[in-house]
Amino acid sequence: MPAPTPTALPAAPPAAVRRRRPRSAVLPPLLPSALLGLVALAVAVPGLLAGADPLAADPLAALAPPGPGHWFGSDHLGRDVLARVVHGARHSISIGVVATALAVTSGVLLGLAAGLSPRWLDEALARAFDVLSTLPELLLALLVVAITGPGTANVIFAIAVAQIPAYARVIRAQTFVVRRSGCVEQAVTFGRGRLAITAGHVLPNVLGPIPVLATIGLGTAIIAGSGLSFLGMGPQPPAAEWGAMLSEARDYLRVAWWEALFPGLAITLTVACLTVVGRRLQRRFEGRTP
Amino acid sequence: MIRRLGAGLAVLWAAATASYLALLLAPGDTVDVLVGEGPDTPQIRAAIVREWGLDRPGIVQYLAYLWRLLHGDLGRSYQSQRGVGEILATQVGPTVQLTLAAAAAGVTLAGLIAVVTAGRGRAARAAVSAAELVAVSVPPFLIGIVLLAVFSFTLGWFPVSGAAGPAALVLPALTLGLPIAGVLGQVLRGGLERALEQPFALTARARGLTERALVTRHALRHALIPAVTLAGWFTGSLLGGAVITEVLFGRPGLGRVAVDAVTGRDMPVVMAVVLLSACVYVVISTLLDLAYRAIDPQTRS
Amino acid sequence: MTTTHDQDLPPTPPDDPPIAHAPAPGTEDPGRSEPGTGDLGRSVPGTGDLGRSVPGTGDLGGFGPGAADLRAGGPGGGDGRALVAVEDLWVGFGGVEVVRGVSLSVAPGECVAIVGESGSGKSVTARTLLGLAGPGADVRASAFTVAGQDALGFGPREWRALRGRFAGLVLQDALVSLDPLRTVGAEIAEVLAVHDVVPRAWRGSRVLELLESVGVPEPEVRARQRPHELSGGLRQRVLIASAIAAEPELIIADEPTTALDVTVQAQVLRLLAERRAAGSALLLISHDLAVVGSIADRVLVMREGRVVEEGPAPDVLVAPAHAYTRALLAAVPSAASRGTRLTDGTPLPRRPAPPEPPSSPATPARAGVQPSGLAGDRAARSYGAAAPGKGVEAPGPGVGAVPVLVGAGLGRSYGSRRVVDDVSFVLHRGETLGVVGESGSGKTTLARLALALLEPDQGRVSLLGGPWSGLRERERRPRRPRIQLISQNPLDSFDPRHTAGRLIAEPLRLPGRERRARVLDLLARVGLPPDMAARHPRELSGGQRQRIAIARALGPRPDVLVADEPVSALDVSVQAQVLDLLAELQAEYGTAMVFISHDLGVVHHLADRVLVMKDGRVVEEGDVAEVFARPRHPYTRELVAAVPRLPAGRPAGSRGTAAEQRVGAGT
Repeated sequence: MPAPTPTALPAAPPAAVRRRRPRSAVLPPLLPSALLGLVALAVAVPGLLAGADPLAADPLAALAPPGPGHWFGSDHLGRDVLARVVHGARHSISIGVVATALAVTSGVLLGLAAGLSPRWLDEALARAFDVLSTLPELLLALLVVAITGPGTANVIFAIAVAQIPAYARVIRAQTFVVRRSGCVEQAVTFGRGRLAITAGHVLPNVLGPIPVLATIGLGTAIIAGSGLSFLGMGPQPPAAEWGAMLSEARDYLRVAWWEALFPGLAITLTVACLTVVGRRLQRRFEGRTP
Repeated sequence: MIRRLGAGLAVLWAAATASYLALLLAPGDTVDVLVGEGPDTPQIRAAIVREWGLDRPGIVQYLAYLWRLLHGDLGRSYQSQRGVGEILATQVGPTVQLTLAAAAAGVTLAGLIAVVTAGRGRAARAAVSAAELVAVSVPPFLIGIVLLAVFSFTLGWFPVSGAAGPAALVLPALTLGLPIAGVLGQVLRGGLERALEQPFALTARARGLTERALVTRHALRHALIPAVTLAGWFTGSLLGGAVITEVLFGRPGLGRVAVDAVTGRDMPVVMAVVLLSACVYVVISTLLDLAYRAIDPQTRS
Repeated sequence: MTTTHDQDLPPTPPDDPPIAHAPAPGTEDPGRSEPGTGDLGRSVPGTGDLGRSVPGTGDLGGFGPGAADLRAGGPGGGDGRALVAVEDLWVGFGGVEVVRGVSLSVAPGECVAIVGESGSGKSVTARTLLGLAGPGADVRASAFTVAGQDALGFGPREWRALRGRFAGLVLQDALVSLDPLRTVGAEIAEVLAVHDVVPRAWRGSRVLELLESVGVPEPEVRARQRPHELSGGLRQRVLIASAIAAEPELIIADEPTTALDVTVQAQVLRLLAERRAAGSALLLISHDLAVVGSIADRVLVMREGRVVEEGPAPDVLVAPAHAYTRALLAAVPSAASRGTRLTDGTPLPRRPAPPEPPSSPATPARAGVQPSGLAGDRAARSYGAAAPGKGVEAPGPGVGAVPVLVGAGLGRSYGSRRVVDDVSFVLHRGETLGVVGESGSGKTTLARLALALLEPDQGRVSLLGGPWSGLRERERRPRRPRIQLISQNPLDSFDPRHTAGRLIAEPLRLPGRERRARVLDLLARVGLPPDMAARHPRELSGGQRQRIAIARALGPRPDVLVADEPVSALDVSVQAQVLDLLAELQAEYGTAMVFISHDLGVVHHLADRVLVMKDGRVVEEGDVAEVFARPRHPYTRELVAAVPRLPAGRPAGSRGTAAEQRVGAGT
């Protein structure tokens, strides 16, 4: 289930406190960044981290506990869990990344279109975003999958569609704020044109925080993707995907905890690292947007 | 209040329209889509065309569909050969039980977390932040799996699946309630701490109030304001989480119905579930809105 | 041209000579004392026993820990009868000392005031007296008595018993200092309940009595309302009512009138004075010397955590012994400071003479306009009528007779509220037109109309003889650089991503190299070092930001500056620097200025003519000295009368001997 980070950001600290902020608050945290690097490596060259074939079944070695040979143990078909977790990163992460990219791009375009449009169009679009974002994301995604059928591409599409309204709302609100900010008004008094102001002040200030939003959103999308896979709507067996692996592991929980533990850890750590890094970046942006 | 009602109707209308558009946009002939993977006979096809008015112009079809919904007629599932309303009615009980229990557990835990840790220094803050990070980072089905592994398989305290008796409700309700507690607890705690730093808190302390009285009489109300604005997220969490929890614990309920309908491509049922969840959203957000007005009278003027 | 840097960054010791006359206490070098004051060995009567107010003795080192003798000149101060007495108080937060060795006592019935700028530690000192220094505060003192008990050993329970009962606290801005979600009646009743002052059944009627006693009309109705439903003045009265509900012997009022309109401020001060007359002691914390002067018996001047001067209010405010107090007093703008720099009292360069007074028949269009009455109004109407749709180009410097900015019969509504109603004004080249009024009087809307950021519903604005309102933005754009804005909060008007240099460069339409040179030139002119160009405004102090805002506005060499409360967020010494800078630059460039302020003193100091606004209308206008000395409209009279004055009838900011010498030397 996508659990959007509640937007209750702590109020900006007073200037004096902010000035004394330690440097560590500005740099991305080391450990989460390193773990994310590892995940990226798993997506790019999984063979480097796990030599075994994630799909090679070996009924004789089924449900072997972690140990030499199978560091994360083997699953009910005797496949190496380590290899499946490492190779599964490609499915799980790419679902999240592509869905987020789609959602952010469409959300930004729609949000900007609303924020920069004349009043009536803006109102209409804003109401549409409001209504769409009232539907729980998972249900919206299920509606899409019901039409398109299961599969990786369809899950990506479903998650993207479900998340567009949230991004569009944020971007529209931000555009609204920046357009009415003192810096835009001041630029008007300098005699700068509409286009110059939009390009010089509005767009940079609206688009600046997007990497941060996308980082946190990526975590949400990965959870949503694994959720749909868990329900059997994502990549179809025997493909290794973290959510799907957990779904299969559920039936062997009594005898083989490792089959569930490692993919579960993989999802949790990835999302937690993304959230930590995203929030750290967000704090860096505090006070830098009008 | 009238505005509120209008907004609620707009959400329902939009949900109905969105699912209708989804039906039209689905690849292939609409009749094929509605038949889905159910039995396919010329009689059934004729019935579908009649019920959905597929032989009439588009706008008439759409209006007829809305008209039908207005009368509470959710249509018919051609796969199970039953009325959609009937299917939902039999399954709504367990889901209501589950979501209410989860909401109660989540809100209670969140309140406890907030009141116990607010203003208690850095260690408490770090602990709550960590809990919140876990709550947003662990997929709900993983929470369920961990609970199952520990409390059912290892300790044997609770049944593994089914919906028989209150014991069977504990783990699903926790699965659904824990992420809510984590996030809500963090928001409430932040709200409490901010309220305790406000000038009015200083004034209240200068009257000789104890810290506990300050929290209960002043700060808690302020902390509820940001929490109430999470209504959308809260509802979404509950409804979406219910789907996964029901599947994981093998519980009957609407979530189960939804997943079966999606995998079986039973469009009328999917559409009805979407509509129902929009209804639930409208009801919950209206209730929370009323609560918000009671908490913060400033919004009235 | 001053080259000072701002001093409102608390940790940075000031380097500006006029204000830096006061070195950090305890380190003062007697040799640096200003000649003519140090040698007087002036023990202010009644404070001589303090052994501290004599700069020439070099005794200021005595401010250090343990050295202060607290037998101050108040009734009963220092002996066992003092309500609160603290010696050598130090308060630190995480190793940063905010209060450094302050000694203080308040006797029954006495009014003691602590004056200081932001960061002086005055608020923390006051709150510490109630055990409310805040979480993580490290409080030390060699002696600390509250209500006759040794407060050094107090636990939370002992403090709570005293708070509200022994001493009541009144903070700034009741909108946030009263719980916004509860009725004001409940807030007052809370004090009664906590200390069980009256039986439960009588609380309701006691609340009404209290509201009545602080002058809240219709107490039954008000008690059921929430703070946001009351006006600023009523809210502050309610806050005072809640502070005095348990009849404490001491009222601690921390900036109780800051952010209030001047007429409301006068009412609140009167109320506090009444409480004093009724027997309460009062500890008043304020940044405003004049407010303090109107009510205090004794004054402590604080700076960077230390008391730099202490004594009876008339002595400290009229004949201050310490250089910092003198600088602080001299920095207050007023009628007396006209034509001189606030920072050092030297005369300002003369502005190029404003063409002619509006009464002289310089052009046919202006013939027959009377100096009396709303002369500018009539003039404006005639200009407005005479300003045709032709795009008249900016006249050369020689054509001084044509006013640079004219508003004729301006009106503007938001919804059904008439925010600006039939306002006319004329601004001549090189002239400063002050606009004063209380909050909600339409001042800012008028500024936006003048800048054509807002279109008037009625009337028209013309700039440099050509039309200005009613045009399409495209037509206005080429002339936009001719009129520039300086806003109250510069940070709002800065793009948060940009450095100071880029911000200043934004309005300049010059090729790269010239542009950079001009940015450096502008930085120098507003008294900032060139390396500031690379800094982000968030890292700068309030005064530095306002200097950057001024540099930005001056960049296009405008004919008109519209300054909307440009100094109201600044400390008085920083305000003095910024006002001096504005005056100097205006003299140099001959820029005309519309100067909007709620502070009559600032306007009196700076403006040539003044518009007094109330509820969107101009109630009075004319020569600034004339209007403030002999106000005709009842509202202006009320406004002028409400301005707090220093003792001996001197208006705020009039100087002591040193200032008089300076004025003497300057002329």
